[in-house]
Amino acid sequence: MKYLTTIGLEVHVQLKTRSKMFCGCPTGPGAPPNTQVCPVCLGYPGTLPVMNGEAIRLTVMTGLMLGCAISPYSKFDRKNYFYPDMPKNYQISQFDKPLCLGGSVEIDAGGGAVKAVRLTRIHLEEDVGKCIHQARRSGVDFNRAGVPLMEIVTEPDMETPDEAFAFLLALKQMLLYLGVSDCNLEEGNLRCDVNCSVRPEGQAELGTKVEIKNMNTFKGVHVALQYELDRQLEAVRTGERIVQETRRWEPEAGATAPMRSKEQAHDYRYFPEPDLMPVVLPPAQVEAWRAALPELPRQKRERFAAQYGIPEYDARVLAAQKAVADYFDEAARGASNPKLISNWVMTEMLRRLAEREMDIRDCKVTPAALRELAALAEIQAINSNTAKEVFAILFEQGGDPAAVVRERGWGQNSDGDAIGALADRVIAENAKSADDYRRGKEAALKFLIGQVMRLSQGKANPQMATEKLVQRLGRPGGTG
Amino acid sequence: MASDTIDVTYVARLARLNLSADERAAFQSQLGQILDYVQAIRGVDVTGVEPTAHAIRVQNRFREDVTADGLAMDAILANAPQHSDSQFIVPRIVE
Ligand SMILES: [Zn+2]
Repeated sequence: MKYLTTIGLEVHVQLKTRSKMFCGCPTGPGAPPNTQVCPVCLGYPGTLPVMNGEAIRLTVMTGLMLGCAISPYSKFDRKNYFYPDMPKNYQISQFDKPLCLGGSVEIDAGGGAVKAVRLTRIHLEEDVGKCIHQARRSGVDFNRAGVPLMEIVTEPDMETPDEAFAFLLALKQMLLYLGVSDCNLEEGNLRCDVNCSVRPEGQAELGTKVEIKNMNTFKGVHVALQYELDRQLEAVRTGERIVQETRRWEPEAGATAPMRSKEQAHDYRYFPEPDLMPVVLPPAQVEAWRAALPELPRQKRERFAAQYGIPEYDARVLAAQKAVADYFDEAARGASNPKLISNWVMTEMLRRLAEREMDIRDCKVTPAALRELAALAEIQAINSNTAKEVFAILFEQGGDPAAVVRERGWGQNSDGDAIGALADRVIAENAKSADDYRRGKEAALKFLIGQVMRLSQGKANPQMATEKLVQRLGRPGGTG
Repeated sequence: MASDTIDVTYVARLARLNLSADERAAFQSQLGQILDYVQAIRGVDVTGVEPTAHAIRVQNRFREDVTADGLAMDAILANAPQHSDSQFIVPRIVE
């Protein structure tokens, strides 16, 4: 029998705010334990939370970008449970009135196909502290407690680990475009719970759902899903019952294992948070935010192809990251040949940035300098190898390409008479190669061009060198 | 009626309360009275009244996204039953 696999995700995104969700404690990473805490986020009796308006704005902007409906009335609720990472013994979250409902994320479903993964909702909650488990006890750091977390919940619309992976990539790209989160996976800015199930083909009702908790890498989600779905398929094929449970991915073992379920962990006894008033956003406010949405990856791709006449492939590569797209946009604006700019960014620039693990925003080659360098190469004031060397210098030191060329005497020689004289000399000194070429050995011409380049110390315009040699040698095979 | 349905032992366990048999019996009757009262409210005609989470009409209370100083480390750790390396120490928790 054939089986179908179904996947849904809950993605927790740390929002880029300066202060926490309900107090003024800073949110930056890397601070020593318990140095970004106050009576509110430590849950002292008698304290009161106050909503961070910016966290609301970032969540609603995300919802608008992903096509969600923005709730006219939204409120916060208490999710009650006992765990040392949560000093109040409840987490402030949203239960029945989240900020955003519906929406979708388009993913690359392979082979150029696009698939829309529907969202159930997006709500806002506070993060909890971090437990550091030791041999016989656990330490707790509350710096992260109260940091705003946006939870994006999907419908069970994905069918393969590849689709789940593609969803996470697409979502991250959108979030970075909007600038609502740093999306730094190492720092736990994006964490993900995965739901999956299997069922026989033809059965409408979904199979028993298994949850895998707290994955913090996309690769981890992919391998964990591969393992877990295989495990479930094996189970249903051998007639074993699948238990509804929460499992944990154990990277060392390369397997998922059941978590010892906390007693009645799922009875969170949600009730409205009495200390926070509802959020009722005026439609005019929501529309103002909508108007401020940035251009999205797909729109940018389409505009790049139309405005700059670059191939769709280029547009896709360039628009993949917002910072790269912005760079290209600025460099290509006013360039005589935007395709050349695209080539530079896609090859030299992205390669060097990757080698150094650098962000293009920290690159010393300004968009204007790249535009000028491309122009120098296009009019053949420098040859392509020299252009690459100039790029390397600019990449290290910054500066003006024309000045770099001038200072180093790297200008390309396009003086026809001078290059003709070099061609004469090369033919005279390499009679055998010249004969080889005349007898039809194409490769001999390459050698002769190389000799002209060598004599000119690399400055000869290679196209002109080729022309001059061919003129003097005639066509291969003596026919010309 | 409603008092038959409340499971005091279960609710106590969720709240991490150890109740004696006497206490269970006492709460059974007290919580039952509360639920009976809720039943009485159910009899009120609320046609056209929107459910609300709050009794007062205040909404959209936001703060600016600005940081403020928290507490000094020694003040924080003074409230910890046990601490080490600036961390609160609790019994080892295994999920
Ligand atoms: Zn705080």
